[in-house]
Amino acid sequence: MSKGLNRRTVLRGMLGGTAVSVALPFLDCFLNTNGTALAATGGELPVVFGSWFQNLGFNPGRWKPATLGANYQNNAEMKVLDPFRDRINVISGTKYFLDGRPLETHVSGVQIATMGSLPLGVNSDPSLDTTIADVIGNRTRFKSIEIALSGGRQSLSRRKGGAINPSEPSPAALYTRLFGPEFRDPNSAEFTPDPQVMARRSVLSAVSEERKAVMQRVGASDRARLDEYFTSLRQVEQQLDMELQKPAPMAACSIPEKIEQAEPGRNVAAVERNNQLFAGLLAHAIACGQTRVFNMNFGTQGLRTPGGVRDWHSLTHEEPIDPQLGYQKDVTWFIEFATKTFASFLTTLDSYKEGPGSVLDRTLVLWQTDHGYARTHTMDDLPILTVGSGNGRLKTGLHVVATGDPSTRVGLTVQQVMGVPLNSWGRLSNETSKPLTDIIA
Amino acid sequence: MSEAKMKKSRLIGAAVVVAVAAVTAVTLLPGSDDHKFSAGPSVTRRLTAEQYRNIVQDVFGGDIDLGGRFEPDMRVDGLLAVGASQVSITAAGMEQYDAMGRAVAAQAVDANHRDMLVPCKPASPVAADEKCAREFLSKVGRLLYRRPLTEEQLSAYLTAASEATRITGDFYQGLGLSLASMLSSPSFLFVEQIVEPDPEHKGGFRLDDYSVAAQLSFFLWNSAPDSMLLSAAAAGELQTRRGLERQVKRMMTSPRLEQGVRAFFVDQLRFDEFEVLAKDAALFPKFSAQAAADAREQTMKTVLDVVLTRNADYREIFTTRKTFLTPELGAIYQVPIFKEGPNGSPDEWQPYEFAADDPRGGILTQVAFTALHSPAGRGSPTLRGKAVREIALCQTVPPPPADVSFTEFENNTAHGASTARERLAAHATVPSCSGCHKIIDPIGFALENFDGAGEFRTTENGSPIDPTGEIDGISYRDAGGLGQAIYDNPAAVTCVVDRLSARALGRTPMKEERKWLRELRADFEKSGHRLPALMQEIALSDALYRVGPPKAAPANRLPPTEEIITAELERHHE
Repeated sequence: MSKGLNRRTVLRGMLGGTAVSVALPFLDCFLNTNGTALAATGGELPVVFGSWFQNLGFNPGRWKPATLGANYQNNAEMKVLDPFRDRINVISGTKYFLDGRPLETHVSGVQIATMGSLPLGVNSDPSLDTTIADVIGNRTRFKSIEIALSGGRQSLSRRKGGAINPSEPSPAALYTRLFGPEFRDPNSAEFTPDPQVMARRSVLSAVSEERKAVMQRVGASDRARLDEYFTSLRQVEQQLDMELQKPAPMAACSIPEKIEQAEPGRNVAAVERNNQLFAGLLAHAIACGQTRVFNMNFGTQGLRTPGGVRDWHSLTHEEPIDPQLGYQKDVTWFIEFATKTFASFLTTLDSYKEGPGSVLDRTLVLWQTDHGYARTHTMDDLPILTVGSGNGRLKTGLHVVATGDPSTRVGLTVQQVMGVPLNSWGRLSNETSKPLTDIIA
Repeated sequence: MSEAKMKKSRLIGAAVVVAVAAVTAVTLLPGSDDHKFSAGPSVTRRLTAEQYRNIVQDVFGGDIDLGGRFEPDMRVDGLLAVGASQVSITAAGMEQYDAMGRAVAAQAVDANHRDMLVPCKPASPVAADEKCAREFLSKVGRLLYRRPLTEEQLSAYLTAASEATRITGDFYQGLGLSLASMLSSPSFLFVEQIVEPDPEHKGGFRLDDYSVAAQLSFFLWNSAPDSMLLSAAAAGELQTRRGLERQVKRMMTSPRLEQGVRAFFVDQLRFDEFEVLAKDAALFPKFSAQAAADAREQTMKTVLDVVLTRNADYREIFTTRKTFLTPELGAIYQVPIFKEGPNGSPDEWQPYEFAADDPRGGILTQVAFTALHSPAGRGSPTLRGKAVREIALCQTVPPPPADVSFTEFENNTAHGASTARERLAAHATVPSCSGCHKIIDPIGFALENFDGAGEFRTTENGSPIDPTGEIDGISYRDAGGLGQAIYDNPAAVTCVVDRLSARALGRTPMKEERKWLRELRADFEKSGHRLPALMQEIALSDALYRVGPPKAAPANRLPPTEEIITAELERHHE
């Protein structure tokens, strides 16, 4: 691409005319080379990755399909996912390995599921959604969107070294972030670069110019952290660059109705309602090219039934097994609630149509949990689900068993099909170089 | 937990509690000729949410609204102040800092504030004015960067201001946007320590003048240095014993000291967790959002009253009957509180002293502690007992060992129990559980008279509550006895010394710093456990300012990954 073209001259150029009615040429110096092609009209829409983390697992004997391979029948606790069965892969039999580290219940499993390893302080590994976002999330306004369905700022999305992407607990705030004043409609006929955005983009140069000096004076252990900071700053700059270009038209993009709901999901009814709102916002955001990666932290182990004294997590340990049913009744109510919520989320993504398909059709969702059986904190025979083919990158509708293998085989597979250049993933016994070839298309 | 620490947490009978502070094994850093002194590493801290707020308030005034969410802080070895030396900023977090920076800057230069904050008027309100921009940006830059801007840095911000003015056609908007970018800069968001050779210790290193100023102010004020401290740094005064003492004395008498003490206790008591605290409104109708906020503030006021206002023995925070209440809290504590100050003026907060026979005494019996360490729908002796060990005594209860078998509970019959004591009795029958539970639960049983939202009760599910308990061989009859046992426990003293030192350093003290910690502890005891005396001694300690050599030799440095873009911009400047 043309030498001598720098961001400042581009900005200056943009100032020349205030109204631009044709798409600006692509400026490669703005773009990360890892980016995949932007959706042009008529072309294939880009792939989307989502993670869904549900704590507290399922009941043994009530989730795993009886048969292997295609045409499996859903077991009781997955029945509600029947409408999506041919788009879901069930992976059973895998394990989380502790390698002699203590079992931090409800924590160790989350770490291995998301990072492939137990954290090692400042050297802790990034979660897989961020490695995927580094590949597919660079050309959208938001590299990823994190949501905490039951409130709080914590998320399971973390960069190398432990910086955590903050979660959004409020649908209203997410609406503003996505579709507030800074949103540029990709289908609007006329495009006028916003002078405010131009000015903001221009002043950030003063900060990025500090990079060299800062990186030279910090020590080795802090360099990685500062490097992460500058990468994040670059992301903000890229976000502004994108707002200054006429966005590629997204035929299916429509702007959702404004959302006023701001209460985090602290009870069952609020979780149900916010799930609907978040799913709708994400579908619109994807269809409008705002993001290609989302992380949903269901994180509802503190949920209680209205007026119920014990929360879901306490119930898993304290509720007796119902002698007639053979399982914990209230716990199972929550498991079914969680799966129903997930099904409703998928339904929303699937009902947003884009050309011949739906938003869900170009999405790959990875569903994981912390324990196979929460009651006894098991770390084996874990239920793991993938939903959607991600634009045909995965085969679907299969039940695959990988007994005794590390769960990271699934994470490796998902990262590889999303284009992350990895030969192996995980550490110690959780390290694997064997993707699940059965489900790779 | 590090490998080294894990090895130490072996299970030896019931003695599974391991003090964590100050046992991290760290390789000795070479360098100093002074063999009696081992310098620790320098640290780079990300501003905590509270520090960001404090700086904005100190620099721009108290009426500036931030409007944004902070990236979650990370707690390491019991403190967010230590985690701050390990975290970076993610893309989503950066987006928030950028938004907050713009919100703050826009208010700083708006029509309501510019006359007060911008020391000059531009020649024209619609054109760039380098002289005026320079005056403002160099002044504010010195406070935000905590050292004077270099000419290069200043000129980058001036260029930014003039370009933004040209684009927006408004001097103040341009100035504000330049200021906003300053608030997004690494020099503002990260507290870097710059290290220089120490002329007084051949071969040793120390913090430079401005890094000393920041070390002091973040410890004592939880905010950036003020102009006077920066001037002292500029004059080299902070590198002399006399100059350092003068500034520490000034800072200890400043009203901002309260900000620093508050920050320590918010961190140590984990009050940041109030942000996500919620109780079931159906079960605890009195525990409103206002009551929760008041409960947090009640404990802070109680602590500040002991350690600052009365300058009493630190350990009294576990026994004092003196506190402060609002009408909302009065409802939970079952005491009538009216909004009347001593002179008849309305005042939300009223001093209150619980009677000698009242079950309430000390912060462990207050609503903030008992409610924070309970699940949403009920109380929990286990969570509370664990919190007492971790927060008041700095001990850690190891997680269950990897081979613990939870299948023992497959057939438990705890569901027939009425009280928590009965429910938890099931654990005593399982050896792998009883080891830990018997050193946690009996502490918490003494707080069972307080329900999940901290309200007093004598029965649970119709059965009378037995509030007797035990810690490390000391038995007591009720919550008051627990407070006294903590008061008498030597670990409570070691705990506050270690954590306060860790906060000042921004890292967990090293093994080689134990001698220093022992001296601090001995002097703290001599002073009658006066916290301000301890803070002053820490602030004057060499350990805060003498550091190991700079961590990377220039030859080992990796080139910045965006070298090309930087070079491009540099060419543009020529």
